[in-house]
Amino acid sequence: MDRVTRLLTAALTALALMLPALVQAAPLRIEITEGVVEPLPFAVPGFIAESSGAEDWGARLAQVVADDLNGTGLFRQIGQDAFISRPTSFAAPVQYADWKAINAQALIMGAVAVADNGQLTVKFRVYDVFSDQELGRGLQFQGTTEGWRRMAHKVADAVYSRITGEAGYFDSRVVFVSETGPKNDRRKRLAIMDYDGANVQYLTDSSSIVLAPRFSPTGDRVLYTSYATGFPRIHVLDVGNTRSRILETQTDAMSFAPRFAPNGQSAVFSLSEGANTDIFLMDLGSGSTRRLTNTPAIETAPSYSPDGSQIVFESDRSGSQQLYIMPASGGEARRISFGDGRYGTPVWSPRGDLIAFTKQHKGRFHIGVMRTDGSEERLLTASFLDEGPTWAPNGRVIMFTRETQGASGQASLYSVDVSGRNLKRVRTPGAASDPSWGPLQ
Amino acid sequence: MKHITKIALLVGALAMSACTQADRFDSADAGPGAGAGAGVGSGVGAGGPSDPTSPAYFQQAIGDRVLFLVDQSTLTAQARATLDAQASWLIQNSDYQAVIEGHADEQGTREYNLALGNRRANAVREYLVSKGVASSRLKNVSYGKERPIEICSEESCYAKNRRAVTVIAGGLTS
Repeated sequence: MDRVTRLLTAALTALALMLPALVQAAPLRIEITEGVVEPLPFAVPGFIAESSGAEDWGARLAQVVADDLNGTGLFRQIGQDAFISRPTSFAAPVQYADWKAINAQALIMGAVAVADNGQLTVKFRVYDVFSDQELGRGLQFQGTTEGWRRMAHKVADAVYSRITGEAGYFDSRVVFVSETGPKNDRRKRLAIMDYDGANVQYLTDSSSIVLAPRFSPTGDRVLYTSYATGFPRIHVLDVGNTRSRILETQTDAMSFAPRFAPNGQSAVFSLSEGANTDIFLMDLGSGSTRRLTNTPAIETAPSYSPDGSQIVFESDRSGSQQLYIMPASGGEARRISFGDGRYGTPVWSPRGDLIAFTKQHKGRFHIGVMRTDGSEERLLTASFLDEGPTWAPNGRVIMFTRETQGASGQASLYSVDVSGRNLKRVRTPGAASDPSWGPLQ
Repeated sequence: MKHITKIALLVGALAMSACTQADRFDSADAGPGAGAGAGVGSGVGAGGPSDPTSPAYFQQAIGDRVLFLVDQSTLTAQARATLDAQASWLIQNSDYQAVIEGHADEQGTREYNLALGNRRANAVREYLVSKGVASSRLKNVSYGKERPIEICSEESCYAKNRRAVTVIAGGLTS
């Protein structure tokens, strides 16, 4: 009972209702709900060098692990200057008392060795300090020094997963639009980066407008809209070799707002013919297309349910932008948004339970979520211009574009927990928009 | 000699219109810098703004753009008057083709604004066709909110950005 009391006071103050479940759960646990008000304190000493020349790697790896966990808002790192003892061996028994004394509830111990050929070997263990025991089993990764950040992210994902019971999202990438130039002469190009803004690579040049890239389910391809031909056309880009091709070649019709189906074999998108914009489905292999909506309204921004059976999209068929869900094969659509204002850019959560959207109301823009039946709408953000949500692979965090007001207005990427907590700017080299969060690698 | 004068006048017209270059058709093979020159001066005997058969005249004297109300693609009376004059010019200068660029202000989501810009461009196109311009000479492109000409975040700027611009070109490529 002591243990439960401790957890509740330290990390789960508002979760009293979850008590029965908690007793049966793993000893050290954060339930990710709005109830998490006090981040869980953890310690991560520099990873112990197990070969000469590995000391620097040890410090860097520990730093990325700490940054990942701190960045969630669910964990709080205890600074090394508070440490009572400094581990010198990965194999030595853990001095639990020393970590209890500084209230480190989780201890992450790592070690790193660098081989002559540049290979890094990273291993780690997680300890539930107040239970005097290891949490899960130790793991070991190998990789090149170039991929060192990914190894740190994998450690952090494992820690996150063991303590929250949910999949992590740190070893993932984001494709986005990098922006330069003034507002009336914006230059845009596709870029890809780690979820935390590291390792930015550019995928296109800025000779033509590119918009709204979307990762494939496995992260190997990106669909996006480009004006390379002079007209908006959907392109598909191979992330490995950065080669792209035009997907849709119908003349006198512009195509945009593409998104992959969960199977990666087909895509939905908008096609404008005359004044009308409808949603179509394309088989990426054969190129054959099929119409899914057929009204005189603007129908765009389609997004599949994770099981591929339904599509959420926006339509102004009622007179203003609202959200609708239809079967993946098209047909009767049911409206799910009924609040004040306009709703656009719906994106189905990878968990299947929620739909994130952009809401425009009284001159402000919001990122919000609602259940798939339209109930329990919650607005997570508010600003002059927030738009285009994308889900972290575990469905717990949303990244989006925030653009500032005025002549010098610029776009940046932000992220926010699905609870509405932990709003923060995502580090990018310059202005950035239209993020699409890829899968856990 | 006459030819050289025409070129000089054309360059003058382009310099005057440089502030609206962001408006110009921006394609991979002709960036905004080259785009205006390629579009306007592609060997169709273009002249300066005082030459009523010139694209520069179309742009400045006739008026190359019409404006729209918030989230609307309906043509106002003023817009229809401008388009009547555009239609007459296009009928008289039948060597030219035109690209109608539809735009939206920044107060909307990216995808919706693309579709809205398309609606606006299409409204202009349909009106011009109803006045006798061959539809084969007209092509639409929407820039959504990607190419504002005014950059403040106030209605005075938004009003000018909610536009459809008829850009005269020598010929369509696709």
